[in-house]
Amino acid sequence: MSQPPTGSPDIEPVRVIIDETELARTVARMAHQILEANRGAANLLLLGIPTRGVCLANRLAALIEQIEGAPVRVGQLDITMYRDDLRRHPTRLVGRTSIPGSIDDAVVVLVDDVLFSGRTIAAAFDALRDLGRPRAVRLAVLVDRGHRELPIAADNVGRSISTAADERVAVRLSEVDGYDRVTIARVKEGQP
Amino acid sequence: MRHLLSTGDLSLTEAEAILDVAEEMQQVQTRPVKKLPTLRGRTIVNMFFEDSTRTRTSFEIAGKWLSADTINVSAKGSSTSKGESLRDTMLTLDAMGVDAFVIRHSSSGAVAQAAGWVRAHVVNAGDGQHEHPTQALLDAYAIRRHFRALGREGWQGKRIAIVGDLLHSRVVRSNVLLQRTLGAEIVLVAPPTLLPTGVESWGCEVTSDFDSVLEGVDVAMMLRVQRERMAGGFFPTAREYADGYGLSLERLNRLKPGAAICHPGPMNRGVEISSEAADAANSLVLDQVAAGVAVRMSVLYHLLGGSDEGETA
Repeated sequence: MSQPPTGSPDIEPVRVIIDETELARTVARMAHQILEANRGAANLLLLGIPTRGVCLANRLAALIEQIEGAPVRVGQLDITMYRDDLRRHPTRLVGRTSIPGSIDDAVVVLVDDVLFSGRTIAAAFDALRDLGRPRAVRLAVLVDRGHRELPIAADNVGRSISTAADERVAVRLSEVDGYDRVTIARVKEGQP
Repeated sequence: MRHLLSTGDLSLTEAEAILDVAEEMQQVQTRPVKKLPTLRGRTIVNMFFEDSTRTRTSFEIAGKWLSADTINVSAKGSSTSKGESLRDTMLTLDAMGVDAFVIRHSSSGAVAQAAGWVRAHVVNAGDGQHEHPTQALLDAYAIRRHFRALGREGWQGKRIAIVGDLLHSRVVRSNVLLQRTLGAEIVLVAPPTLLPTGVESWGCEVTSDFDSVLEGVDVAMMLRVQRERMAGGFFPTAREYADGYGLSLERLNRLKPGAAICHPGPMNRGVEISSEAADAANSLVLDQVAAGVAVRMSVLYHLLGGSDEGETA
């Protein structure tokens, strides 16, 4: 695992909200909570939203398998083509959607790293509707940072934090970034 | 991307992005609901001034699966048959608020010229003997998948033979330009009468001896022989053409193991390609057709899926 960078030139100051140890603990708790709410792993289908939601879904699936002793279905759902803001940005690259088996009658748990406006999740509902009819859809997020623009709430939250709208929450996971850490920083003017 | 007129205009990043997004688009083909909401509210006009079934249909399906409204205009039913110029027809439709034109025209360069007249995006669906960019992209897509499945992905070091009527083909130029960017080596094979003038300047190996390159190529891309050309004296008989340039069973057996066979269709079995080769396990003919919709969805997405300013993020 590479060392996390100590600062970033464009944003500062950076505060660490969740460090590596705490992140592992948080994800483990989420795995237990998902199982508790579903009364076991039956019918569960974890769908991560690219990029880091997929890493989290895989981690949750591995933990659930450890706890229950049986494998749980895990896949990924890209929502790029369902976004409501495509016309506001240059063409976006499309991520991968891969779903093991059918979503019909499954209890789908959408997994994402940060819940912010809620628009990604709204797009995910549209994407799911084109793929089938799950029995229920739940939402698990590592960080809920508030500022919802739609009536959407998570069933399973790793950490709720209050943020200012111009702050940026960055989830870094070893699969993608080489280290585990969640930080928050105020975005300097002119930064997206 | 503003227009897709020539594969020569694509950067490596753009070309790869089109192929990558096409992979995701192909998944949609296997779903019960074959529809993405991405281009909802966008209008695409297919203007085909030349006969085409597969290209026109696959563009139409591609647009519909992305939820765009697609409209077909053929030369016969349009005002062009009343003498309206291409320019006036395009300006009329452009004024109606169309977002993209997909154009096939029998004159080389007509599509690029049309792109200069309108505000909408323009896709070249084949212009004369010039270019057919989406065909080259779907060829590349099918070839890439073939070699990926064999664990031999990567364009560097691959040799693609394009065999047949290079003179009248728009597929060949688009493939040469695309591979100049992607990196495979191209060998052009044709009887001397069917070589385009200036072919030496394309930077590809050129030969009239198909047998001499057979063993060394990874892809044999056979082009359709247009029977109507025979009247022009480009080659004596179909039989003689098949002897020299057809992918016969005997030639099929001399290809490298795993070498791919491509044909843009429609095929003349027994002329440029034998039935054995067309139906061989490593024939990509049907994969090419299947890729057609996915690749065209990706192209439409790249043209219409973002804001009108700026490049791929």
